[in-house]
Amino acid sequence: MKIINCPVNGARPLQEFAYGGPFRDMPDPATASDAEWGDYVFNRDGAPGVKREWWYHLASGVWFVAERDTLRDRFLKTYLYDAGDQAND
Amino acid sequence: MTDVPARLPARSGEWIDRDRVVEFRFEGQVYRGYAGDTVTSALVAAGRRTLGRSFKYHRQRGVLSLANHDVNVMVDDGQRTNLRADVLPISAGLELQAVNTKGGLTGDRHRHINRMAKLLPVGFYYKTFHRPRRLFPFWERRIRALAGLGTIKRDAPRVETPKRYDFCDVLVIGAGPTGLSAALAAANNGAQVVIADENARAGGSLTHQWAGDAEAVEIRERLLSAVDAHENIDLRTGTTAAGYYADNWVALVDDIRLSKMRAGQVIVASGCFEQPAVFHGNDLPGVMLGSGAQRLLHRYAVRPFQRAVILAANSDAYRLALDLVAAGIEVATIADLRTEGETGPLAERVTAEGVVVRRGCGVYEAHADKNGELSGVVVAPVTAEGEFDLGRQESISCDGLLMSVGWTPAANLLYQAGTKMDYADAVQQFVPAELPDNVHAAGRVNGVHDLRQQLADGERAGLAASLALGLYSGEVPEQPRHEGGSPNHPYPIFDHPKGKNFVDFDEDLQLKDLLNACQEGFDNIELMKRYSTVGMGPSQGKHSNMNAVRILARHRGQSIMATGTTTARPYFHPVPLKLLAGRSFNPERRTSLHEWHRAADARFVHVGDWLRPEVYGAADTNRPLNELVLKEVTAVRRAVGLIDVGTLGKLDIRGPDAAEFLERIYTGRFSNVKHGRMTLALRCDESGVVTDDGIAARFAGDHFYVTASTTRSGAVLQDMQHWLMRWGLDATVVNATGHFAAMNLAGPYSRHVLAELTSADISDDSLPFGGVATATVAGVPARLMRVGFVGELGFEIHVPAQFGPAVWERVMAAGKQFDICPFGVEAQRILRLEKGIPIVGQDSDGLTNPFEMDMGWALAMSKPFFIGQRSLQILQRRGAERVLAGFSLPRDGNAAQVRESHLVIRDGEIVGRVTSVAYSPTLDRIIGLAYVAPAQNLPESTVKIRADGGVLRSATVERLPFYDPDDLAQAGVASLQEVS
Repeated sequence: MKIINCPVNGARPLQEFAYGGPFRDMPDPATASDAEWGDYVFNRDGAPGVKREWWYHLASGVWFVAERDTLRDRFLKTYLYDAGDQAND
Repeated sequence: MTDVPARLPARSGEWIDRDRVVEFRFEGQVYRGYAGDTVTSALVAAGRRTLGRSFKYHRQRGVLSLANHDVNVMVDDGQRTNLRADVLPISAGLELQAVNTKGGLTGDRHRHINRMAKLLPVGFYYKTFHRPRRLFPFWERRIRALAGLGTIKRDAPRVETPKRYDFCDVLVIGAGPTGLSAALAAANNGAQVVIADENARAGGSLTHQWAGDAEAVEIRERLLSAVDAHENIDLRTGTTAAGYYADNWVALVDDIRLSKMRAGQVIVASGCFEQPAVFHGNDLPGVMLGSGAQRLLHRYAVRPFQRAVILAANSDAYRLALDLVAAGIEVATIADLRTEGETGPLAERVTAEGVVVRRGCGVYEAHADKNGELSGVVVAPVTAEGEFDLGRQESISCDGLLMSVGWTPAANLLYQAGTKMDYADAVQQFVPAELPDNVHAAGRVNGVHDLRQQLADGERAGLAASLALGLYSGEVPEQPRHEGGSPNHPYPIFDHPKGKNFVDFDEDLQLKDLLNACQEGFDNIELMKRYSTVGMGPSQGKHSNMNAVRILARHRGQSIMATGTTTARPYFHPVPLKLLAGRSFNPERRTSLHEWHRAADARFVHVGDWLRPEVYGAADTNRPLNELVLKEVTAVRRAVGLIDVGTLGKLDIRGPDAAEFLERIYTGRFSNVKHGRMTLALRCDESGVVTDDGIAARFAGDHFYVTASTTRSGAVLQDMQHWLMRWGLDATVVNATGHFAAMNLAGPYSRHVLAELTSADISDDSLPFGGVATATVAGVPARLMRVGFVGELGFEIHVPAQFGPAVWERVMAAGKQFDICPFGVEAQRILRLEKGIPIVGQDSDGLTNPFEMDMGWALAMSKPFFIGQRSLQILQRRGAERVLAGFSLPRDGNAAQVRESHLVIRDGEIVGRVTSVAYSPTLDRIIGLAYVAPAQNLPESTVKIRADGGVLRSATVERLPFYDPDDLAQAGVASLQEVS
């Protein structure tokens, strides 16, 4: 069973966490075409590789970002999301 | 059987205690051995050679490896089955039978199958018994009766087994010279080390292969005493590292428990399995692996035969020869497959003992005597291609034939950990090429076969692990390189016109079976395994997989690397199910009112983790359940009822941005909700699918109290926390689900009841439908909400959980004059269905949008943003493809019943399904909700529903709600009836 390093609680076993989907940019709903919006809502990149993902520590309610290599099954990095850093969002 | 003819005089390092004689029974006969003996060693010491029967052909089998993966001999002790006799300790009173015989080992009535082997090629059953089809069940029964090993004892006592969570800095797998040396290196740097070894005692190859070498014995004693004395080392023998899981989580299995070991570093020093050669008669009792014979000699002081021939392809064979000679066994010949043979001091010592060595020779065939046990071999020169020169053959009589032709790494856990393995030509074996982080390999599993090099490699791994732990900062030496000839023969496999040259002893597979599989097109290692079943027996190919790979590689004319190996999966060794089984753990949540419900004879139903009363008085067996439910429904409609709704998700949202936050999360308007009012809180996901609903009550400008459905409150909270963070809004969400007890007081007299318990003004003017207030109820601070979920005048009363029971009792007492009736979720389901209120999750599915549920009114599409809005704009343009409609049927006990999930059929096509259906006592007909085509949603028209038994029934479409379409009852303006 994997160990995930929660930025707040430290190393904890996988079963204390929930996967929250890929870290994605939401297109501007006002300007996105139906096709662009549909692509955002329904399409995910399933190819293995390094992914940016949302993870949630169930016991403490902490959301954080993880960079994970899904090909090698490794968590590379975990960190808290900075709402001020909207450039990536 | 009082004498022990094959037992040697006492020797140092033996595992038996000669002062303690142990008596046991095998196949009905009494045997004696010493404490420390295994079943096999005791039986061999008593002169037995045939110990078991093989799986398919019921051939006689004896000792193979004696290394815990020897499945030639499996026994049953009356409670447990398929016990491996090679490692099962004898104990007083043990009564054993060999498995897989009919009528006992000697007279096994299935032994004739051996003579039919020619008629039973690989794939025989697949090809033969499926035609004609009608006879298959007959054959299936016959084959099933023959197949399988062992018998499950259904009356075996139930044994509860413990589990353990365990932690260490370094886990060393294998307590041989490499593992001990690695453990000491790590422990000396301060690491907490656990060593796990499947054997009864530590020492590994130092207790068999090297046990005849005085210097090696000295090393063994030095290592063992150092490990024993080291306070950082926990040595666990009789413990199998059964599986490797992510991030160094290793399952350690011993006799009584499964330990879930989480290790900082894992050092795999698991060594090798010696491999058999494949030749005619290689499975006869008396033919065994060299290391198997050495285990018998050194651990149990048992001499398994008098006169031996050794089939050799490495130096280990020569050390074996010296051990045999020292034990008083005559070594008739060493047939060395290598044309160059063995050189050096070891070879000289063997020659000096007068042992004949025939270089470039192999065993063409082994012969059995009339008892079916080894009596002699034919040795002849053989080329590298496996061609025997039978003109120069020599028949040698012997009762022991030792195979010492090579090893294969016990790399199962390394594979499970994701190690990339390469085939190394220098040692003719797979060795780790790329190891995962925090995993190390050392010793023979790493291709290091020389004892001194193994010690050095162990130390290297121990230092590397210490370095990774930050306990060591010095140099880590290079891995030692193998010198000299390969310890492993590249192809110890020999054809024979009469076959019986077994590749897999577990499954009785001969060389021709694998070649046939290749010829039939199963010439990929994974396909060959599945078609031929090679490696699928109890030892999981530990003595057959490598030879199968070699056979396939040669057949296809490709390298071993290109051929590959099968996938190694946990478990490494069979694990009794009792060790895996756990006590069932089903966490259950109860509201603070649970005890009251129980006392009122409630029948409970699981809703998510929660237990909720389904109906009260259910133990009254004289009354059908349905009648109890209808009584509750009627009480709510005519007078007043009380239901525990404490399981609802309750979220307190506070902060200056609380309203803005809800605007974005939910579909409706919140900024304009006045203090003391509430509104529907409908949630969609980004694709516009309805995910939950509840109410949002505004108690202050910056304080909303939101409910979520019982089973989804966790997900709602999680999602809210996510978006709150993403948007950076100034608000907090607190999960208050457990903080509050909640009850819904509903019915025409609910205000009368509540008025007796509070001095607050709960009149229609102060607390209208949709109003909320804080008030003191029964002396307790409460949040009051004027709701109408069941379609009657109703109040939700939320109080701190600890006061729940007291308030509930007071409400019940105050309602007594109106015959208040507690009601359960089943009555609530009917009540809300009468009111035509859809339940998210019951009347919607993972694709339902609000337009399909006729909830477009709840969408504030003109808001700047809410989750799902953009998708809903698209869906709104497209129009709904199905809509949720009400329908009714007359109550008819003889007609086919309509149930939930029954299909709505239109012109032979499925257009929807029934989502809710129940008998309404209020309306005296069957009512329900179903998805229908939008064009069908015309009141008083009919739709067809495929009911029980496929019968099409016509249902009448009705306008919703079924009950009280003008909402008079929930507004509290319906006339009150006299309470009887």
